Amino acid sequence: MDFTLKIWRQENQKAKGRFETYKIKDISPDCSFLEMLDILNESLVDKLSHPVCFDNDCREGICGMCGLYINGRPHGPDDAVTTCQLHMRKFEGVDTITIEPWRAKPFPVIRDLVVDRTALDKMIQEGGYVSVTTGGIPDGNAIPIPKHKADQAMDSASCIGCGACIAACKNASAMLFVGAKVTQLALLPQGKPEAAIRVQKMVAKMDELGFGNCTNTYACEAECPKEIKRSNISRMNLEFILAKIVSEETI
Amino acid sequence: MSTLDSKIPEGQLSEKWTKYKSSQKLVNPANKRKLDVIVVGTGLAGSSAAASLGALGFNVKIFCISDSPRRAHSIAAQGGINAAKNYQNDGDSVERLFNDTIKGGDYRAREANVYRLAEVANSIIDQGVAQGIPFARDYAGLLDNRSFGGSQVSRTFYAKGQTGQQLLLGAYSALSKEIKAGTVEMYERKEMMDLVVIDGQARGIITRDLQTGELERWSSHAVVMATGGYGNVYFLSTNAMECNGSAAVQCYHKGAMFANPCFVQIHPTCIPVKGDYQSKLTLMSESLRNDGRIWVPKNIEDSKAIREGKLNPTSIKEEDRDYYLERRYPAFGNLVPRDIASRAAKERCDAGYGVGAGFAVYLDFKTAIERLGRDKIQERYGNLFQMYEKIVDVDPYENPMMIYPAVHYTMGGLWVDYDLQTTIPGLFATGEANFSDHGANRLGASALMQGLADGYFILPYTMQNFLADKIHQPRVSIENKEFEQAEKDVRTKLESIMAIKGEKTVDTLQRELGHIMWEYVGMGRNAEKLTKAIPMLAALRKEFWSNVRVTGDMTSMNPELAKALRLADHIELSQVMAKDALQREESCGGHYREEYVTDEGEARRDDEKFMFVGVWEYKGEGQEPIMHKEELNYEFINVQQRNYK
Repeated sequence: MDFTLKIWRQENQKAKGRFETYKIKDISPDCSFLEMLDILNESLVDKLSHPVCFDNDCREGICGMCGLYINGRPHGPDDAVTTCQLHMRKFEGVDTITIEPWRAKPFPVIRDLVVDRTALDKMIQEGGYVSVTTGGIPDGNAIPIPKHKADQAMDSASCIGCGACIAACKNASAMLFVGAKVTQLALLPQGKPEAAIRVQKMVAKMDELGFGNCTNTYACEAECPKEIKRSNISRMNLEFILAKIVSEETI
Repeated sequence: MSTLDSKIPEGQLSEKWTKYKSSQKLVNPANKRKLDVIVVGTGLAGSSAAASLGALGFNVKIFCISDSPRRAHSIAAQGGINAAKNYQNDGDSVERLFNDTIKGGDYRAREANVYRLAEVANSIIDQGVAQGIPFARDYAGLLDNRSFGGSQVSRTFYAKGQTGQQLLLGAYSALSKEIKAGTVEMYERKEMMDLVVIDGQARGIITRDLQTGELERWSSHAVVMATGGYGNVYFLSTNAMECNGSAAVQCYHKGAMFANPCFVQIHPTCIPVKGDYQSKLTLMSESLRNDGRIWVPKNIEDSKAIREGKLNPTSIKEEDRDYYLERRYPAFGNLVPRDIASRAAKERCDAGYGVGAGFAVYLDFKTAIERLGRDKIQERYGNLFQMYEKIVDVDPYENPMMIYPAVHYTMGGLWVDYDLQTTIPGLFATGEANFSDHGANRLGASALMQGLADGYFILPYTMQNFLADKIHQPRVSIENKEFEQAEKDVRTKLESIMAIKGEKTVDTLQRELGHIMWEYVGMGRNAEKLTKAIPMLAALRKEFWSNVRVTGDMTSMNPELAKALRLADHIELSQVMAKDALQREESCGGHYREEYVTDEGEARRDDEKFMFVGVWEYKGEGQEPIMHKEELNYEFINVQQRNYK
C-alpha cells in the first residue's frame, strides 16, 4: 500500500509547528500504524533527518502511551482500539493520512506528536485513590462485593489514561476520565468513605487545569479505545451533586 | 569486592522471615525524614516500594522513563496473580505455593527467598482489595480464582484479562497518594544514565531528561533498581518498546554482580511473527490454557495443506488432531509450565507439523465454547479475543488461534541477598530486575506476585534495616567529585555515540542483535551455537561503536539517541548471557541445552555440577568478566526431577 502522510512537526513547545508531507510505499496491510511510522523514521534517519517523535510503549493497547489524531479521529478509523492496535488494512482506498498530536490546552506539545499529559496524573493525585497505606488491612474476602458491582467497577477501571476522550471533545473536557475513576471507587465499599470529598477535589482540579465542561456530545465515548461509557459522567455528576447537597464534607 | 553472602537468617524455613522482622533494626520517625531513597522505575516493584517507603516517612524520589507511572509494562500482564489463600478449599497452602514455585523454577532458586514470597503473597491480595482493585468475584461476592500452569490448584486471582493493569493502577494510586502528601517526589521522562558510588556505597544516580537532553545529578542514602528485565535484547519480545536492561548494566559496571543472565523465559502463547516490519510480539495470556486446547494436525500432509492454504483447520476431524500436551503430559495437560509448553511447540514445528507460516500451533476454544457457551468465554477472555482479532484479522470464536513461543521474561538479573541488596551496599533490586525467586523458569501469575511482594512487604523492612545504620551519615552534595566524574563519563559516552555518524540505524543493529540472540542463544541452545554467538556479538559491538547512525542532537527530545544508548548496553549484556549459557552444561527450566536431554526429550538437569547461581562480575572495559558461584543448598525441599506427567 502507498500513502501520502501529512505529519505535524514542531521542534518544541515554543516553536511554531507545521505539516510536513512524506511519501511512503509498499506498506503491508498487516503492518500496524506505528510500525508504518517506524518504517518512515528509518528512512528519515537514512536521509540524515530527524525522525518523527511519537509516544508509544507497550504496543498492545494497554499502557495508554500512544495517541495520535489520525484523519480527524483520535486513534484513527478503527473502533475500540488504540493507535498501536490500528492496522494499515483499515486504510484500504485511502491515499492521504493526516497525523496530528492530541490538541487540548492542558496537553502542550513537547515535540512533533508528543504531548505532555501529566495533567491526568495531577487529577488522580487529588483523591483518585483509597487512602490506605501498606499493611494492616482486613482479609480480601472480609467484605463481599456483589458481582455486578465489581464487574461495573472493572468496566470503569479499564480506562488506560490515553487522553483520547479529551482530544475528541470540542471542549477538551476530562469528564469521562475523571468520571471513570470516581465511578469505579464509588461503586466499591472500599471507596465509599472518601467518595464525597474525592469527587469535589477531582472536579475542582479538572477545572483548575483548564479542562472544559461536558456539553453532551459524547465524542469521548465514541472514541474511547476501551469503550468507557458516558454513564460514568452521569455517575460523577450525581456523586458531585450529592456531595455538595448532602455531604457534610465540602472542600 | 564483597563475597557472595546471601545473608539467609538461621532457623526453620517457616520462621526465618518472622524472626528477621522481629530482630531487624528500625529507624524512628524523626530520623526517617533525614534519610533519602531513590527508586528507579515505576512498575509494580518500583511504585509499590516508593509508596510504602514514602508512607513510612522516608524521603523518596522516583524516576520514570515515560510520562506517567501507569505506562510501566507491568500494566500489560494479563492473566493473574498467585496467592495461597485456599479460598477454593482445593488443598492449597503456603508450603504448596512455595513447592510449586521452586519446582517450577527447576530447583535453581533460593529456598528462603521463595518461601518468604509464598508467605507474603496473601497480603498482596488483601492490599489490592483495600485499594479498590475490582478483582473478579463470584455470585456470593467473594473473590474468584482460576488455574495457571505448573499447579494443580486454583490460586490465581484476576481482573478480567487485565490483572497487571489493575494491580499497577492500585500501586499507582498508592503512589499518587504519597506524591500528594509530599513524601514522594515524582520525576517523569527521565532515564537513569549511571549509578554514583561513593566510598563503596550507592549514593545517587545521574539521569538524562528525555525532553531536553539535560543531565542531572541526584543524591541519596540508598538506591532501588526496579527497572524490569532485559528481554528486549532479542529485539522481538513481548516486552514494551521502552523496556531495557540498560540501568542494570550501569550497576553491573559499577560493581553490582549479575546473576544467571542466561535464564530467559520463552512464553508459549504469543501471536506468531508476521513480517520484517514487526516491532514487537503480543502475548496471549496463559490463562487461555485453562479453556483452550493446544494442537497441531496428526498427519503431516494436513499441516502442509494448511500452510499452503488448501485446508481449513476447522475441517480437521477430532481424531486427526494431535493434542500433544495432553498426550505427553496427561497429569497437567495444557497447563504444564511455560518452558515445557514452549519446547513442545517448537518440537512439533521443527518436525514439520507447524501451521500458519510453519512456526505456529493452534490454541482452540471449540470444546470450551461447546461446553460453556460463547458468553462465558467472552466474559473470561473477551479483551484477549478482541486483541487477537485486531492484530491477526481472524475471529478466534470461529477459528482456532495461532500461537508460537516468544521471549517474555528474564529470570536472571542483579544478584541480591535475602535483604534484596546487591553486591554494592545501598543498592537494592526488586521485581524482574533481580534474580532471586524464579530460578530457571517463572510460573505464570508469579511476576506480579514477586514485584508487589518485594515492593510492599519486603523492601520496606530490609531497607530500613540498612538505613538504620545511616542515620548519622550526612547527605552527600551533588557537587562531590564522584558525581562530577559520573556525569562527565555519561557526557563523553553520549558525545562519542553522536560523533560516529555511521551507516546503520539503531533499529538495524538492534534487529541484528535480536537475530543472533534468537538463533544462537534462544530456545534451543548448544555449545556449537553458543561458541559461534560469542565472536558474533563481539563483532556487532565493534560495528555499533564504529558504524551506528544517530541523527538529531543531544539537547532536545531524541528517541534515536535513547535507543542507541540502550542498545550499547544490550549488546554487552548479550555477551554475558552467551557466556553464562555456555558454561551451564545442563538443561534446566528455560535454559535448554540440546546436548543435555533425557531419552524422552525432556530437559536433563545436572544437580551435581550446576546447582548454583552463576554470578558475573565486571572486570573493566576490554576484560573478560569473571563468574562466581552461589551454591544452592536445599535444606527443606526434596529435590526431584520435574515431572508433569
